[in-house]
Amino acid sequence: MIGGRNRPIGMRARAAAVGKTAAIKQGRDIDERLGLAGAGRWLLNYIFPDHWSFMLGEIALYSFIILILTGVYVTFFFVDSAHEIVYHGAYLPLRGVHMSEAYASTLDLSFSVRAGLVIRQMHHWAAVIFIGAIGIHMCRIFFTGAFRKPREINWTIGLGLLTLALLNGFLGYSLPDDLVSGTGLRIFYSVFESIPLIGPWFVYLLYGGNFPGNSIIPHMLVLHVFVVPILIAVLLTAHLAIIMRQHHSQFPGKGATETNVVGTPMWPAYAAKSGGYFFMLFGVIAALGGVAQINPIWLFGPYDPIRVSSFTQPDWYIGWMDGALRLMPNWELHLPGHMVANAFWPALFMPGILFTVLGAWPFLEARLTRDYAHHNLLDRPRDRPVRTAIGAGLLTFFLVMLLGGSEDVIAVFLDTSVQAVVWTLRISLIAAPLVVGPVTYLLCKELSAVPSAGFRPRPNVIVRTADGGYEAVPAELHPLEQPEELHPAPVGEATVPEIVPGGQPELVGAGRAPRGPAPPVSAATAVAPSTAPSAIPGVRTVSREDAVEAEVEARRQRGFFGRRRSNGAGGNGPGRNGPDGDGPGGG
Amino acid sequence: MSDLSDVNEPETWAEHMAIAARHPRRAELVVGLSFLLATLSVFVLGWIYTQNGQPQIEGMMLFVLFGGIGFGMAAWGKWLMPKGPFVEEREVLTSETNQERFSETFQRGRVAVEGRRSFLLKMFIGVNGLMGAILLFPLRSLTDKGPKAGGPLYTTQWKAGALVVDEENRPVHISTLDVGGSLTVFPHGYTDATDDQTLLVRAATTPVAPPGRPDLEKWSPAGYLAFSKVCTHAGCPVGQYEAQFQKLLCPCHESTFDVLDGAAVVFGPAPRPLPQLPLMMDDNGYLRARAGYGEPIGPGFWSRGG
Repeated sequence: MIGGRNRPIGMRARAAAVGKTAAIKQGRDIDERLGLAGAGRWLLNYIFPDHWSFMLGEIALYSFIILILTGVYVTFFFVDSAHEIVYHGAYLPLRGVHMSEAYASTLDLSFSVRAGLVIRQMHHWAAVIFIGAIGIHMCRIFFTGAFRKPREINWTIGLGLLTLALLNGFLGYSLPDDLVSGTGLRIFYSVFESIPLIGPWFVYLLYGGNFPGNSIIPHMLVLHVFVVPILIAVLLTAHLAIIMRQHHSQFPGKGATETNVVGTPMWPAYAAKSGGYFFMLFGVIAALGGVAQINPIWLFGPYDPIRVSSFTQPDWYIGWMDGALRLMPNWELHLPGHMVANAFWPALFMPGILFTVLGAWPFLEARLTRDYAHHNLLDRPRDRPVRTAIGAGLLTFFLVMLLGGSEDVIAVFLDTSVQAVVWTLRISLIAAPLVVGPVTYLLCKELSAVPSAGFRPRPNVIVRTADGGYEAVPAELHPLEQPEELHPAPVGEATVPEIVPGGQPELVGAGRAPRGPAPPVSAATAVAPSTAPSAIPGVRTVSREDAVEAEVEARRQRGFFGRRRSNGAGGNGPGRNGPDGDGPGGG
Repeated sequence: MSDLSDVNEPETWAEHMAIAARHPRRAELVVGLSFLLATLSVFVLGWIYTQNGQPQIEGMMLFVLFGGIGFGMAAWGKWLMPKGPFVEEREVLTSETNQERFSETFQRGRVAVEGRRSFLLKMFIGVNGLMGAILLFPLRSLTDKGPKAGGPLYTTQWKAGALVVDEENRPVHISTLDVGGSLTVFPHGYTDATDDQTLLVRAATTPVAPPGRPDLEKWSPAGYLAFSKVCTHAGCPVGQYEAQFQKLLCPCHESTFDVLDGAAVVFGPAPRPLPQLPLMMDDNGYLRARAGYGEPIGPGFWSRGG
């Protein structure tokens, strides 16, 4: 035993109590005014089931935060005006060129504002990642059946969020008024113009007259930085509130049932991990913003309504819509005295139908399968072959449309005619989902028939036997790799909370406890918490929190780097405090 | 408020409290180094910024800064903090009792609203309907700005006798283009009007007309043909002229038009031919419009007519 550990318990308890008292006082001050202690405790205890795919939604959430942070910065430098000026800025190739103030201000942001280009590119990358994460997150929800009762509302809200994200991405992309974005605005003018009944009126309102109009850029700015983000924030809040109310769904296994949640509490491990992911995402986006050029508008030049060339594509998330416009046959609906123009069908009607079906999917599926039960356990995609096949077919449909958005590039790449590519894609648009769907269905059926598929085979080790032969025997898995024995450690050696008189748990993370060696652990205190739950049934929850919080507290008091090795035994976690730190759990 | 249940036996507490790191000491080192790197990057970042910035280094330093903080936090949470698994029973969201109570409470209020004072309710509904109707009036104000019959969606500045000029407002002479040449032209004085942009091509040295329409030969002096440059599909400028095949191609969605056949659609999503502008040559050899376009140019819209 190291000397410091033999300090009397009372001293340490008093020191801890000082920190605790200050924290409790602060907490009490707040609670007396807002009464939030109960809700706060619930939040700290909120349990997150762990699966890597649950991070996709987090990525979407965090990139939205990054979008707001970078977007505010970018807004300070953007001028929302189509007023034409002559450029005299830092970018030499465009000096003396007539352009809108919007385009000139974006050039200035990129070349004359310190860190402006990085922030602008981060903003664009964050948008791309935001929408991509939403899309993949949505696939995860769909293929695992997480949209089923009681989560139908959140599926629909999520679809609304995707729609708003697509809209805002397009608006942001169009703001700089460069040649490519101006072309997109012209196409959308035609699309809006084609809306039956109100089209011409609506598009005049939005653009301020015949194309290009004089008010589309200020209108877009208001929509892009104010209206749509607020709608997104409102829906996002509802989305998260509903998740918290219903709790996360979870995958089967590890004791998970339909009526419980198995996982990690918010505080502290999940908060640390998730907060870490936020910063990591921020880092990745910063790296992309720094070294991966995106939307180099200075290469395209300002928008000029008579100039546009091949190879102009929108961002990929709108690309499927542009592809639909390209693959559409040249039909137009003529009514007596009226017309429904061609662009309406691929750009508004078809997406409208698709998104309506998607939004109604939870209800459709419940009706078709007559399954109206609550579901908290997720499906494996293979176990739901029909749903998986439909999802795969739908994704194929979008993929073919996306390819259609760059048929000219594909034609050049394949050294063939655009017509050949377009006809191939037109046929594929119908045929590919009809092939992919049934194939997916059959694959699911095959996988279901092989129970071991998808499980990691247990590794073998080759051992040499006494008589010189060789034999393969199943390797002993590391304890951490055994799902039924998570993080085993001998009970007797576990770090346990110091029992504070009165049974009050220590507040964790509040106040500053003195650093010092951990207290000695006696067998009596080690057993005490184990018996507490049965002795006082009403407080067993508190006891478990005690255990967690005390561990954190103990670790904090051991110090971050200040922990001393005990007896030279590099034990694993809790075991290290005992005289024999090398328990079975030790590495 | 839902509580953590007692599903986990007391002896599994140690499991909950266990940290996942096989080598906690190393894990601490990794976390610490990660934070240290992030700290260093702040100074580099500040220095770069004061040196007038450099996007690539700024991005990479931000990556080290945020990535360092993030990786440190995540590693700390992943390896050095107790993670469970903890089990929590799900709260049952609904209860018959609450539903009945809600229904009773609602019914109590409803009686007060619908019962004796039902005429007030009817008046309330009525006044709200009228309010909705009066709110439509500002919508009418919005439509005042909208297109009207004969408005810009239907007409262009091309009038009979309008002088054909190029982008720089220079008149186009009959000798300006060679056969196979093309030029974007406007009516004199309107070089900024996007709807007036017209593609002038010279397909031959003699007048040309679509098959079966010899009367249109007088529209193409010396083989000059003029079509609206605004695609009838989505309004992009139809700017690519394949002289060898006498085709016009829209670069946005690959609609293809046959110049010798009155710009009839031969491929792509465009539903109608490009409107043709009748041309003539004045006494000085300059091209002029014989008349305006005979139909609204560009993509279709609801009130365009069938």
